[in-house]
Amino acid sequence: MRHIIAILIENEAGALSRVAGLFSARGYNIESLTVAPTEDASLSRMTLVTRGSEDIVEQIIKQLNKLIDVVKLIDLQETVHIERELMLVKIKTVDKVRDELRSVVDIFRGKIIDVTPTSYVVEMTGTSEKLDAFIATVDKNSIIEVVRSGATGISRGEKGLHL
Amino acid sequence: MELNGAQIVIQSLKDEGVEYIFGYPGGAVLHLYDALFQQDDVKHILVRHEQGATHAADGYARATGKPGVVLVTSGPGATNAVTGIATAYMDSIPMVVISGQVPSAVIGSDAFQEVDMVGITRPCVKHNFLVSDVTKIAETIKKAFYVATSGRPGPVVIDIPKDITAPNVKVPYNYPKKIEMRSYHPATQGNKGQIKKAVELLLSAQRPVIYAGGGVVLGEGSQELIELAHTLGYPVTQTLMGLGAFPSTDKQFIGMLGMHGTYEANMTMHESDLILAIGARFDDRVTGKLDMFCPYAKIIHVDIDPASISKTVRVDVPIVGEVKLVIRQLLDGLKDAKYKIDKKSSETWWQQINQWRGVECLEYDRNTRTIKPQFVIEQLYQVTKGEAFVTSDVGQHQMWAAQYYPFDKPRRWINSGGLGTMGFGLPAAIGVKLAHPNADVACVTGDASIQMCIQELSTALQYKTPVKIINLNNSYLGMVRQWQEFSYESRYSHSYMETIPDFVKLAEAYGHVGIRVENPDDVRGALEQAFAMKDRTVFLDILTDRTENVYPMIEAGKAHHEMKLRVAIGTTTDRELS
Ligand SMILES: Cc1cc2nc3c(=O)[nH]c(=O)nc-3n(C[C@H](O)[C@H](O)[C@H](O)COP(=O)(O)OP(=O)(O)OC[C@H]3O[C@@H](n4cnc5c(N)ncnc54)[C@H](O)[C@@H]3O)c2cc1C
Ligand SMILES: Cc1ncc(C[n+]2csc(CCOP(=O)(O)OP(=O)(O)O)c2C)c(N)n1
Ligand SMILES: [Mg+2]
Repeated sequence: MRHIIAILIENEAGALSRVAGLFSARGYNIESLTVAPTEDASLSRMTLVTRGSEDIVEQIIKQLNKLIDVVKLIDLQETVHIERELMLVKIKTVDKVRDELRSVVDIFRGKIIDVTPTSYVVEMTGTSEKLDAFIATVDKNSIIEVVRSGATGISRGEKGLHL
Repeated sequence: MELNGAQIVIQSLKDEGVEYIFGYPGGAVLHLYDALFQQDDVKHILVRHEQGATHAADGYARATGKPGVVLVTSGPGATNAVTGIATAYMDSIPMVVISGQVPSAVIGSDAFQEVDMVGITRPCVKHNFLVSDVTKIAETIKKAFYVATSGRPGPVVIDIPKDITAPNVKVPYNYPKKIEMRSYHPATQGNKGQIKKAVELLLSAQRPVIYAGGGVVLGEGSQELIELAHTLGYPVTQTLMGLGAFPSTDKQFIGMLGMHGTYEANMTMHESDLILAIGARFDDRVTGKLDMFCPYAKIIHVDIDPASISKTVRVDVPIVGEVKLVIRQLLDGLKDAKYKIDKKSSETWWQQINQWRGVECLEYDRNTRTIKPQFVIEQLYQVTKGEAFVTSDVGQHQMWAAQYYPFDKPRRWINSGGLGTMGFGLPAAIGVKLAHPNADVACVTGDASIQMCIQELSTALQYKTPVKIINLNNSYLGMVRQWQEFSYESRYSHSYMETIPDFVKLAEAYGHVGIRVENPDDVRGALEQAFAMKDRTVFLDILTDRTENVYPMIEAGKAHHEMKLRVAIGTTTDRELS
């Protein structure tokens, strides 16, 4: 099963490698991992997407909690939550498909943020599935480059992951 | 008080109450060595190889419960320490390792003797630090000791760039009395609801067993375990790491369990309907084939590390907490419980267990002309009246020491279980002897293992740590040879060394006493002679039956009730091997 785990970790040198190292050493799978400082500069927040049986995910969570630098974590999968991922796609354009592409981008609520006579850069946020769906819609041969941030997430409602 | 970085390190160790530091100097730690030179409170033990420093500190820690402290230089000094750090990590031993690092300004430039120590040790430490500022040294050292010794103990590395310890930069010194870490809160008491469930299960079990491990030693829970076992009257088995936590001579003790455990311990586990696991981690050497593990049992698991629980075997009642406190909670729960233990079913269960005991799985041929290694350990037990601290290396001799020396107290049996590090025994014995100068300390070793840290004989002379080395010399990598005999049709691939040094001369060359023993009749006398020489390190090179095997054995992929026992007593001979 896919799990999305949000982690508050001390913003120390090497914090990221502790998490990444844990996953490679123990053979756990990481689908994506994002990290950035929070409003409290001493803390970083990571969002980690992983897949595994319930037993494995239970171990993953225990092992993450065991890292001395991890302050708190939550398995968002277990709560009502929102997920967003940012994607930038560079697409080759020829005159006759530019309009069509623009309307697809509109339907997906994306934005065209760079235009040249032969290309567009599209910015899009959404769940990872939505981004997958957009990619599937665009002609494969016209895609020059895709950059995705990996998923980030937050729980719904007033409760939050903080100290 | 204003001190420079090097002085702060040493002063912090003093304030932490550190008695010994095991180390080896080099460029990156010269400032530290200069600070060491100018004081006498922290005693430095100069080993002959950094691996020896870590094992000696480890032995000291296992024998006392206090953290072992190590000091090594950058690069090769640091990498030489890694095996010992990993050894301590696998067995949850509290240790603080200070490594020198190249100056901050050149980190990352492949500077002379630079190695990314924080990166290399990350997977085998409880935590590590790179100190970036002289004002952070004291606090970092405090944190390191706190993390190493609390919760599930483990090694912590502090990597200190050379410039941070420079003599000319002085800052105010203040060693924190207490430290709080918002990201680290080790467990203490067990959850009340789970305790209640556990008590109910304990009282209703028909075929219960207590399976205790190294956590009872680490958490100083022996007294509580003994009280609990005696209250319940249930059989107790222990892992290799737990030996001594419950007295081996107690009639409720049914021996070690697992790969080389007793027949009665493994059969009891297999047939049980309730396992109370305390401070044990369901290691693969213990469980055997996982899907056949204890098929009829419900499991209660007490452990301070949630990650140890349900890692390899799913348990029914997880209790996260300190052994000492949780056992106390269980005892209180039993006292308050409405119904009592069912004596009747307990009797039938014990009858069954005693039948298994009747197999006498540890019997061996006592009428041979060759020296049986088991016999040597039995004699060692008698000569030391069961009171010695026994360290061991890794191999067959380790298993025989565990099987034939019944330990009655915790912290007396000192060996590398999780990593299985050959070379551990001798330096560990030196650490133990420093901690307990008046106790008998024996290092049970093998002809191959002893050669992995033999250089520490020189340390033993310098610091006058008279340990007794009991070399069960079978001229083989015996444990490897045994596996090759059982699983590879006796193709003894590289498990025999063409040349083995003359250990007697070697011991003498290092300034010690060497004695060779070749006859069973001489074993007792040689041991007595060795232990009578109170102030000498003695190397007993005992030529034992070369093809003896460790029994019982659960072979790979087998379950507890599928043990291989000694076929028939009297059939193992000293076969010639080519
Ligand atoms: C050649 C060889 C053969 C071996 N054969 C066997 C064998 O036949 N049988 C055997 O048992 N082992 C054997 N071993 C050892 C084996 O590899 C493991 O090291 C051992 O079984 C682990 O012991 P343990 O479960 O007690 O755990 P330990 O490694 O001692 O771990 C202790 C556990 O207790 C917990 N703990 C620590 N402190 C506390 C506290 N204060 N409160 C509560 N919990 C705490 C920890 O979290 C951990 O889970 C062998 C090793 C070698 C090298
Ligand atoms: C550093 C290291 N290398 C290899 C091994 C694998 N190993 C386990 S036991 C053993 C043989 C030990 O031989 P010896 O010390 O003579 O003991 P014996 O088994 O003969 O009693 C080996 C090579 C190990 N445990 N540690
Ligand atoms: Mg040998």
